[in-house]
Amino acid sequence: MNRFLLPLAAFVLLAIVLAIGIRQSNTKGIVVSPLIGRAAPEFVLPNLLDATKRFDSRAMKGRWYALNVWGTWCIECRVEHEVLVAARQEAKLPIVGLNWKDEDTEARAWLAQLGNPYEAVPVDAEGRVAIDYGVYGAPETFLIDPRGVIVYKRIGPMTPEIWQREFVQRAAGAS
Amino acid sequence: MIARALPLIFAVCWATVAVAIDTTRLPDPVLQARYEALTHELRCMQCQNQSIADSPVGLAADLRREVAEQLTAGKSDDAVREYMAARYGDFILFRPRVSARTAWLWSLPGLLLIGGAVVAWRIVRRRSAMAANDPDFNSDDLER
Repeated sequence: MNRFLLPLAAFVLLAIVLAIGIRQSNTKGIVVSPLIGRAAPEFVLPNLLDATKRFDSRAMKGRWYALNVWGTWCIECRVEHEVLVAARQEAKLPIVGLNWKDEDTEARAWLAQLGNPYEAVPVDAEGRVAIDYGVYGAPETFLIDPRGVIVYKRIGPMTPEIWQREFVQRAAGAS
Repeated sequence: MIARALPLIFAVCWATVAVAIDTTRLPDPVLQARYEALTHELRCMQCQNQSIADSPVGLAADLRREVAEQLTAGKSDDAVREYMAARYGDFILFRPRVSARTAWLWSLPGLLLIGGAVVAWRIVRRRSAMAANDPDFNSDDLER
């Protein structure tokens, strides 16, 4: 009896470990941000849409908003762009578009051609603000509450469903 | 002929890539050594199975710049690791830190070693007891 008990226990343990691995395999590669629940890093950067003013993230305090990290070199950003444009037309939650390691002229051309979903476009040419936000692959979108705390982070292209459920409803439900 | 030259071609290509990725040289050789050690133990978050020292992507270059700047500014290795983990999570560290969450990871090899030793010791003891109690037992039986 005892001869079979130990191998059986070992097998069950192994099966449990592998089952957990399989269950989590679809989120493999997605890294949970340690910044959720923490204060969003503050920054001041040039504004792509208005060369005379710099964008100060503290100006957003007191409102819910989404911080979308994008670049014209990012293919998935093009995929999500029309979702963001539709979101702006809906006007439920403002979007700030952090332009990550991009060329200003190309970024302006992109917005002129595909529409501008952003209330402001801070330019992070050196990628330092992106590092502070733990960004590792565009597009990424943060939901930030009126106190300036990061509530949620979406890694990968935005979809209408995720925008409604995770962004608009969270902002509406809590305020 | 081509088949024989292939390893050489590979070696040459690989060598060029390895040299091209990180050309950072810090003025102080001690800093340079710390810089190289640190960039090899920080994960490239975009490619995930490379360190930032080996990765050609832009974010890895930005993180290398950050490591170089912080070391030059006099920060300790642990301060740099802390800085990275605060932004990207412990996942960025190839060498996990010891904490309540990773305690099992660090203790498991030791526990397995002890467990294996206990099992081996019990088998040896049983066999020697068998050999001592059984007058017909001889070493040939072990070779079955």
